[in-house]
Amino acid sequence: MLMRHTTEKIVERKNLVVNPVKTCQPIGAMYAALGIHRCMPHSHGSQGCCAYHRSMLTRHYKEPVMATTSSFTEGASVFGGMGNLMDAIANIFSLYDPDVIAVHTTCLSETIGDDIPQIVKKAKDNGLIPRGKHVFHANTPSYVGTHITGYASMVKAMVDYFAVPSRKRSDQINLVPGFVDPPDMEELRRISSSFGVAVVMFPDTSGVLNTGLTGAFKMFPRGGTRVSELVTAGEAIATLGLGRFAAGPAARALDAKCGVPCEVLDLPLGLAATDRFVMALSRHTGVPVPEDIAEERARVVDLVADMHQYLYGKRVAVAGDPDHLFPLVEFLLDLEMDVRHIVTGMQSKKIERRMEELFREKAPDKRPNFAAPGDLFLLHQWIKNDPVDLIIGNTHTKYIARDENIPSVRVGFPILDRVGHQYFPIVGYRGAVRLLEMILNAFLERVDATVPEESFELVM
Amino acid sequence: MEGLERFDLEKIREEILERYPAKVARKRAKQVVINRKDPETGTPPEIVANVRTIPGILTMRGCCYAGCKGVVLGPTRDILQITHGPIGCGFYSWLTRRNQTKPRTEEDQNFLPYAFTTDLTENEIIFGGEKKLKAAIEEAIAAFHPKAIGIFATCPVGLIGDDIHAVAKEMEEKYPEVNIFAFSCEGYKGVSQSAGHHIANNKLFTDVVGLNDEVKEGRFKVNLLGEYNIGGDAFEVERLFERCGITLVSTFSGNSCYEDLTRAHTADLNLVMCHRSINYMAEMMEKKYGIPWVKINFLGAAATAKSLRRIAAFFDDPELTARVEEVISEEMAEVEKVREEVYPRTEGKIAMLFVGGSRAHHYQALFEELGMRTVAAGYEFAHRDDYEGRRVLPYIKIDADSRNIEELEVGPDPVRYRPRVTQEQAEKLKALGIEFMDYRGMMPEMDEESLVIDDLNAYEAEVLIERIRPHIFCAGIKEKYVIQKFGLPMKQLHNYDYSGPYAGFKGAINFYREIDRMVNSRIWQMVCPPWEKTAPLEGAYVKEREEESYAHATHD
Repeated sequence: MLMRHTTEKIVERKNLVVNPVKTCQPIGAMYAALGIHRCMPHSHGSQGCCAYHRSMLTRHYKEPVMATTSSFTEGASVFGGMGNLMDAIANIFSLYDPDVIAVHTTCLSETIGDDIPQIVKKAKDNGLIPRGKHVFHANTPSYVGTHITGYASMVKAMVDYFAVPSRKRSDQINLVPGFVDPPDMEELRRISSSFGVAVVMFPDTSGVLNTGLTGAFKMFPRGGTRVSELVTAGEAIATLGLGRFAAGPAARALDAKCGVPCEVLDLPLGLAATDRFVMALSRHTGVPVPEDIAEERARVVDLVADMHQYLYGKRVAVAGDPDHLFPLVEFLLDLEMDVRHIVTGMQSKKIERRMEELFREKAPDKRPNFAAPGDLFLLHQWIKNDPVDLIIGNTHTKYIARDENIPSVRVGFPILDRVGHQYFPIVGYRGAVRLLEMILNAFLERVDATVPEESFELVM
Repeated sequence: MEGLERFDLEKIREEILERYPAKVARKRAKQVVINRKDPETGTPPEIVANVRTIPGILTMRGCCYAGCKGVVLGPTRDILQITHGPIGCGFYSWLTRRNQTKPRTEEDQNFLPYAFTTDLTENEIIFGGEKKLKAAIEEAIAAFHPKAIGIFATCPVGLIGDDIHAVAKEMEEKYPEVNIFAFSCEGYKGVSQSAGHHIANNKLFTDVVGLNDEVKEGRFKVNLLGEYNIGGDAFEVERLFERCGITLVSTFSGNSCYEDLTRAHTADLNLVMCHRSINYMAEMMEKKYGIPWVKINFLGAAATAKSLRRIAAFFDDPELTARVEEVISEEMAEVEKVREEVYPRTEGKIAMLFVGGSRAHHYQALFEELGMRTVAAGYEFAHRDDYEGRRVLPYIKIDADSRNIEELEVGPDPVRYRPRVTQEQAEKLKALGIEFMDYRGMMPEMDEESLVIDDLNAYEAEVLIERIRPHIFCAGIKEKYVIQKFGLPMKQLHNYDYSGPYAGFKGAINFYREIDRMVNSRIWQMVCPPWEKTAPLEGAYVKEREEESYAHATHD
């Protein structure tokens, strides 16, 4: 057994986290910053954080992840990191020539209390920031929230620094995607664009973290939201924030700063949440839902009707980030699957309340185990006490899947051992088909591998 | 290797330094060195290493915590390791270094698939985290019943003033059956992972080694130091030792367990694989217990054979010597077969290696066996002795950034000090070319026509690739996909790209086959799309269609 110390008996833990389903803020901020065109994410702390965050993102995407660091030493940790950041800014512009440097912090610089705006101002006064180039920042203390918090803060900083209030209203929708992969961002843009409006999406990592191999390495690939687009965010007709935790703060900040009406929706995962997203697009643009999109929806319904017998009543455990959990669980309940255990690493009463409402509405006779915050050790213990047929979560869930002999489907971050998430979306109706494909194939492969020979079927 | 392409290294070096701001150029100039030996003394040029990283330069380096928890302690399966800090450090060092382990029984403890952390929040940053740490230790003991617990400090711990050593002591008094010890390996200590190695060595030496005097059964007792069983390397070395009849007392720390580490001092010879990470332990064990150490290298078939012979020479037992020779000749037969098959496809190709603190040297042996030339190499965090050899140790100045890493005062153990080798034996072995307590470093073994670069960064890597176009570039995960985008094969020599083992004889075979696959893969010929290789469009279709649509338009 891989997890030989995981016992059925659950002892309450308040201080020791074992096998977390979350990580720390700066990696989310780094990811968000990579969604700006020609931007160098910069980690203001000791260099280990930056190395870890780059490594983890690069393992997830199998793509270069460029970021710099202030490389604190003990001296800087005691007396402050101003010198380090000033040197870094000068070196980054002269060596790597980005258009933007997006600074985030770590527990180190946050604990010592470095004042980033003041340091950046000094860098500017000293002429270290070339004309037309930008340095902006978000505070991302690792001891608050999770990687989703860090992502949210960096995206909000894009609004704080760049969006300009405007009297003019253009036919433009702003999209703030949640903490999703590049193909998801592509898909969100495609769906929104089908309503015939201009779409400004920030951040946008497609074309940055899913580039092809051409023989020429580009430190700053063609993708990413332009600063000029961020400036125009203030004149859009509406902002849709997808994911309350990851996208909510930026969408609301844009409303407050520029008066762009915002709506914060769930990530469009599965049928119902995508319906809400599509309806919102239709409502804000005044454009009826395009026929192509309606056809895509119909295919999801078609597939579920075709394969319902393999989904109905199947017991599922889900682990992931809070914005993913709600629409995902909603989708699973709509498929009439039996969701038994749910954990997220984030501390959140809100999502617990929403989850309760969701079950009251869609599965009133079921009461799942739910923990926010919880960890994978707890999830595994729950599964030992109340087994499931499927685990949905990131790569770390595979240790449970192997020990308990359950199929697992990879959704979320990080996915270190499978391909697909770099190329195909899980959001929107097309994404819903892909989720169904992964779930159904996991079940069907299990049937093929385990049924007695006399029941082995050609057609399923 | 006559007839091979030569590169204008001076020019490449100049080009690298040219782009830097003056202050940075001055620093980097001392870390980018052409390996031309002094014609009189034959010694390699001096290099500057183990100095602070230049902010913003896009370094490959990590931190002290990674060196301590991630590297040295991480592989030991039954020391329950608690990261005291916010969630990140524990999360990123969880199962990401491929330290394989194989508990001896179903009941043996194995905590490697678990990440334990105190997950510090704002409250503890303000009011201190000692209370939470103590409670976490109690919860860990209640749920996991470990024999030993290691506590690892992260950046904020030092700043908020948590006394983790006092906590360890207090909790050990409360739970005397559990050995609890703490590591002050805050990420900002030193300038790289290296500081963490030193801190890990010190604590393992004072709190673990020497706790159990029970001597393991068997003859020819050795410890393997600085072998972390990435991809099963230590398994292969263990297999060879077993075949030869050499008794492995403990490994620091691949496939290791706590119990074995507690009696490491009962061995008679220490074998040092990764000099950088574990030389402190080797030194201290020699001083306290009288156990000599030799540098060995199990990467490369010839190096493996040489290392096994070194061990045999030390014990000077005819039976062992005969057994070792027999094993070498049996194993080499298969190795040679594969090498001969692969050699024509790898010969003359160029490699570059920029890896941690030891592999950039060791893997040159494997490439040499494939007829490949290493044109540039360097370390992230090695010190001058790893580059130039331990003879430079007396001249290394510890600078301000590393001064706070504790150097333990170690003297002979009043009871257990026992020199394993007499002066006479030592002389005899020296005549055979076996130096105790010595490592000659990477540079003396490298070609004069090569570049040695310490703490390589992304910009410098790009210049190297564009000017030299190596056939393979070896580094880590952060570099992997950058190099591949250039259209070049990239071999990870930290995690082996999820394959291995590469150590020992079986490992050499794996490596030969892997490098052959990589440098000759068809995919690199497919990078350029065919339409960029052929003549411009010849067909008339597009033109015709344009005319057609024009016709339509005019009709409307």
